[in-house]
Amino acid sequence: MKWESMSDFFAMGGYGLYVWGSYLVAMLCIIGEIVLIRIRKRTLYKHLGLRRKSILRGEK
Amino acid sequence: MTINWFKYASPASFYFLAGRMIPYFSIAAIIFLIVGLYIAFFSAPTDFQQGEAYRIIFVHVPAAWMSMFLYLVMAFWAGIGLAFTTRLSSMVASAIAPTGAMFAFLALWTGAWWGKPMWGTWWVWDARLTSELILFFLYIGFMSLQAAIDDPRRADKAGAVIALVGVVNVPIIYFSVQWWNTLHQGASVSLVQSPKMATAMLSGMLIMALAAWMYSIVTILIRTRLIILERERHTAWVSELKEGVLE
Repeated sequence: MKWESMSDFFAMGGYGLYVWGSYLVAMLCIIGEIVLIRIRKRTLYKHLGLRRKSILRGEK
Repeated sequence: MTINWFKYASPASFYFLAGRMIPYFSIAAIIFLIVGLYIAFFSAPTDFQQGEAYRIIFVHVPAAWMSMFLYLVMAFWAGIGLAFTTRLSSMVASAIAPTGAMFAFLALWTGAWWGKPMWGTWWVWDARLTSELILFFLYIGFMSLQAAIDDPRRADKAGAVIALVGVVNVPIIYFSVQWWNTLHQGASVSLVQSPKMATAMLSGMLIMALAAWMYSIVTILIRTRLIILERERHTAWVSELKEGVLE
């Protein structure tokens, strides 16, 4: 293991703010996109009167 | 045996095909992401010049690659939809835009957070950064234009025109580091030269790029399915779907 401790890991050799600032926003963007898709899906299903998710997936 | 090459060009067949493919691509995305992040933070060595700050590369480069590549794919399908009036192609193009915009934003954001400790500034108006910002605006423009037009077929056509005109920006982004003097470093990976980085760094970056690919495929397939349902809601097959007849 290249890191001495947890705090060493989070410090990122003094660049912690920049490294975690990048990765945190990347994570938020991905979660945000997934949430937006779910909202769009739910709204559409409600609008169409679709309930059973299994039917929509084309399963029996 | 004859193969019907156009079977999946019909939105209804594509709807079910995409539905079956989504779980596999989702699993692949998660696996690549876990392996990629492990390499990024635990097996890739510290950079001798940039220390640990270079670890931003594992999200920055895949995001930048995806933003450019997805734009080309989006323009391609939008163009096919414009030329041959194939409905599904235009729907795929519309489904790509939000994911492309997200990656363009991430490339800019992570670039700024890498630029600050390395160059001493969040932003400079140089060729690479400016052309990537234009790419982000092209995605936003494509989506706003389509959202502003009520008739979906007209929205497809208008979107296709802006998408095709914007294609010229992609080679500008890619070659900007060669054509102009820039703060941005040159390409780390090229098809004609051997890579200029340690194997663990390179493999981590490529695996993260694969994760970004798989993630993009998943979101694009899901969004395409939603667009198909939205646009085909008055057709017989969607009614059958609602009643549970179609399986």
